[in-house]
Amino acid sequence: MIDWFAQIGDALTSPLLQRALIAALIVGATAPVVGTYLVQRRLSLLGDGVGHVALTGVAMGWLVGSWTHAEPNDAYAVVGAVVAAIIGAVLIEAVSARGRTSGDVALALLFYGGIAGGVVIISLAGGTNANLMAYLFGSLSTVSTGDLVTTAIMSGLILVVGIGLRTALFAVSHDPEFARSSGLPVRVLTILIAIVAALTVTVSMRVVGLLLVSALMIVPVAIAQQLTSSFRRTMSAAMVIGALVCVGGLLITFTEPLAPGATIVVLAVTVYAGVATVRAVVRPRRVRAADPHPDVADDVHL
Amino acid sequence: MRVTGDVPAPDSGTVIAATGLEVDYGRGRVLRGVDLHVSAGESLALLGANGSGKSTTMRALLGMAPLTAGDVRLFGAPVRDSGAVPWHRIGYVPQHRPAPTGLPATAVEVVLTGLLQRRRLWLPRGARGHALEALDAVGMADRADRAMHELSGGQQQRVSIARALVRTPDLLVLDEPVAGVDTPTQQAFARVLTELHANGTTVVVVLHEIGELRSLLQRAVVLRHGRVVHDGALPEPAPDHAGPEHEHVHADHGEPPTEPTLQRSLP
Repeated sequence: MIDWFAQIGDALTSPLLQRALIAALIVGATAPVVGTYLVQRRLSLLGDGVGHVALTGVAMGWLVGSWTHAEPNDAYAVVGAVVAAIIGAVLIEAVSARGRTSGDVALALLFYGGIAGGVVIISLAGGTNANLMAYLFGSLSTVSTGDLVTTAIMSGLILVVGIGLRTALFAVSHDPEFARSSGLPVRVLTILIAIVAALTVTVSMRVVGLLLVSALMIVPVAIAQQLTSSFRRTMSAAMVIGALVCVGGLLITFTEPLAPGATIVVLAVTVYAGVATVRAVVRPRRVRAADPHPDVADDVHL
Repeated sequence: MRVTGDVPAPDSGTVIAATGLEVDYGRGRVLRGVDLHVSAGESLALLGANGSGKSTTMRALLGMAPLTAGDVRLFGAPVRDSGAVPWHRIGYVPQHRPAPTGLPATAVEVVLTGLLQRRRLWLPRGARGHALEALDAVGMADRADRAMHELSGGQQQRVSIARALVRTPDLLVLDEPVAGVDTPTQQAFARVLTELHANGTTVVVVLHEIGELRSLLQRAVVLRHGRVVHDGALPEPAPDHAGPEHEHVHADHGEPPTEPTLQRSLP
């Protein structure tokens, strides 16, 4: 154990790993903010869909980079991802708002079209599928200072919207009909959630990759909701849990030859399973045992 | 049905002015020319069987159902122009639905959302105090920090009423507030609504059965097949039913029966 701490201490002297750690901390705390609204709106897979579409954006950015002889080739990849993710998120939001009949199929088309489009366009740009791997599974080990600044700015934007407008975004997620009767701009606010989700996908892309990005948004929320009884506390707890699993997962990979993104997600899912198990043992059937009418005498005793 | 012609000029005493409302969801017209005029301080029940159009009327009044014809004005402002409507003067209590199984939210968090406005998407100072007062008014102050999914159906409904009350509305619109709620809770609702009405709030309640709210209500508008068939005094309980007032429980679809139960029960 002491050896492990010593190894971690050594690793932390590396600026590269320091940057990776800071990026993981920022993204880990930011991603669950948007995830909280997505879970509330039952759009947990929106992040996954946006991730697929963002891959096409990465490839488009790459294509533009190769046309303009940019150095490096993927200089515009993040910009492309942001644009494609926002378009994808707004499309998904629009499709889900239209009703469930055709929404399911339309979402599937968007998901698979997004990932296949990415692979085809990267070939056109003279790249290979291997070039996409860093985006699909994350590349924390190559985070530059510039990347870190971009990550911090985008995360700041997400936090300002996600926390600053918490009551309004909660209102439209919890009961859109009531929100509409209050005169709230429901359509604008739901699109805002989609746009912020798209930004979160692109900012998380570096840490866990587009294929696992949704996990970083959703799993900390799923853990937190088992521990709290209020929306505000669920969001706060999810932010802390997200930051801890991201940093924890990354620290594990400092000493073990594991992929950081996947390790973070496996750690988060393991924590979820652990909390769910402990909760099931400690508080069995809590809701069922509660008397919904404590002030009314029971008319039947079993 | 007091208004049959053009929409009256807005005046301080007119809360709702609706004329010729028609709604068509694509499977035939749900509303076929509904007129409704509600003055400040009235307490009115919108009655009808399942499928009669009473909930659609209420949704149309609040701009939530797409009008194919007709016009609605709330406090003199056309509902088609959502930005002009003083929504903060209107408290809406939607039909009760079971608490979502998604994320937990406490009663006070739900009530706080009632304080938001079109141009104020964040909470004002002292918001929690106002929310607690509203919860106190419906007898739920002691459960303010309980998760909604841990509350009974009646308690969740009280929270919905508190969410509408927190903005001290001039018009309260409730959609089936006592459906599936036990008699003591219905009586508690009746007390709360009677007190609000006594303080000058205009109350419009969509109801399937009048039940415990009878003492509160002054006027009944009865819908049948998307038309107003009665506007005036409350219908008496049907004499041939042994149980509590079941005068409007018959499903309203297809052609009207030869001897409509509804009209038999009207005064």
